[in-house]
Amino acid sequence: MMEAIAIISIFVLASFVGFEVVSKVSSTLHTPLMSGANAIHGVILVGAIIVADHAETSLELGLSVTAIILATVNMVGGFVVTDRMLEMFKGKARDNSNKSKGEK
Amino acid sequence: MNSSVNDLIGLLAGVCFILSLKGLSHPRTARRGNLLGVLGATIATILVFFRSENEGRNLIWIIGAIAIGVIIGVPAARKVQMTAMPQLVALFNGVGGGAAALVAIVEYIKLGDSASLAEVIATVFTVVVGCVSFSGSIVTFLKLQELMTTAPVIFPGGRFVIAATLTGVLGVSGWVVGALGNTPLLVLALLSVIFGVLFVLPVGGADVPIVISLLNAFTGLTVAASGYVLNATLLIIAGTLVGASGTILTRLMAEAMGRSLFGTLFGAFTAKPQSGTAAAENRPVKSGTPDDVAILLNYARRVVIVPGFGLAVAQAQHTVRELADLLTSKGIDVAYGIHPVAGRMPGHLNVLLAEANVPYEQLSEMDEVNPTFPQTDVALVIGANDVVNPAAKTTPGCPIYGMPILDVAQAGNVIFLKRSMRPGFAGIENELLFDAKTTLLFGDAKASLAKVVSSLKGL
Repeated sequence: MMEAIAIISIFVLASFVGFEVVSKVSSTLHTPLMSGANAIHGVILVGAIIVADHAETSLELGLSVTAIILATVNMVGGFVVTDRMLEMFKGKARDNSNKSKGEK
Repeated sequence: MNSSVNDLIGLLAGVCFILSLKGLSHPRTARRGNLLGVLGATIATILVFFRSENEGRNLIWIIGAIAIGVIIGVPAARKVQMTAMPQLVALFNGVGGGAAALVAIVEYIKLGDSASLAEVIATVFTVVVGCVSFSGSIVTFLKLQELMTTAPVIFPGGRFVIAATLTGVLGVSGWVVGALGNTPLLVLALLSVIFGVLFVLPVGGADVPIVISLLNAFTGLTVAASGYVLNATLLIIAGTLVGASGTILTRLMAEAMGRSLFGTLFGAFTAKPQSGTAAAENRPVKSGTPDDVAILLNYARRVVIVPGFGLAVAQAQHTVRELADLLTSKGIDVAYGIHPVAGRMPGHLNVLLAEANVPYEQLSEMDEVNPTFPQTDVALVIGANDVVNPAAKTTPGCPIYGMPILDVAQAGNVIFLKRSMRPGFAGIENELLFDAKTTLLFGDAKASLAKVVSSLKGL
């Protein structure tokens, strides 16, 4: 019972944190943010490794190894592609901060 | 490693993910945010090898599979053209959903009869949503890569087929919960894959980014659910974070496009097949030469450049900056009007123009630039179509109706640089092309721009 309450608490609190952190974001950053969040759910890799670790039959192993490959592609590829997108904002972000400093 | 120590370090990874999302929401901290995400993911991945519950089996397989994943993922992400980035993100999201579904299936086979009711329900949820996310993302990939039609795919009775499939998914879910067994689960996975395809097919091209974002949130929730089945707190935290932030992001995107989320997803089911597009085939248009365009620009006082996906495809971002610099040096006021969803994803063109070092002050968002069009002499539309299509205002029932547009029709002259008369991504005709004040310059955007630049230099 305690277990269930703890899990529900984690779920609800994490939902609110998720809602809060991205509630104000300019449309310019929508794509990188989506891509970054996309990479974060690649953490399912952890789950894939756990099931692979206790896989006994070759069916279980085959499926979990496939899951590891897919999850790694999701995670690693996701972070790399997000970084490439953000690299292009470098100059722009600097201009932006200078501009806002100038205004203040 | 002691399991509470492991959990505590896992919490650190969770904090990294929160800070990562927070960082990614602000231009200045975005890159650091992404790196924090990498840190969190690295911690999480290393940590799982030190769990006290580990049986230490299949280690070689695990390491090998990770290596293969890296070998596939990194080059794909590094080599992809900036223009093809949206579909790559869609694909990454799809494989993530597929991975979550597979994890749930393996765990289900493993648990067998010992699974508790809550675990079975979480498994069913993960398999259904993971498979929908997987196949749905593949369809969005095919649409964005233009390997299939980008227009909404609507077939007679489609609504009933979708409703029947959904009923089937729900029914089989009940079967799995009631009967427990590998066959029902397999049927469920299969039906969910089919449902994912049917779910995305009727979505029109311009709405695809919203769907990707929604599927992204879905995948997040499946990760959270599998975290519950596997008793891995970190997965619950990370998955829920992505699910929640993805939902908000989906809503923000839908708002930026002036659509209701519901309308985006289910609008196509109620829309009739497009009418009035066939009649437009052979109507006269005014097409010009690069010299005509150069003259129009040369005598303008204010020019607004409206870039679209065509500019991205032609890699014309550097040439367009050259043109803008040239015009500025002639004392002409130049601005870029960027539609929130120009390109294939929100912010796509901001990324490309930033790459070409276009000054930030020249990039105007839609709300800033729209009131200035009546004072604008020339609106130069480069490879954009749907985002300036007046049909969004005038034709109720067309796929983009209600989407805010850049009001280029208010400008003195409108120049379209287009490859052909082919309609835009949403697959609808643009009346503005036939307007008297519109000049069309056909050809690849980069080549056309280069010609305009050289004749402008001669004036």
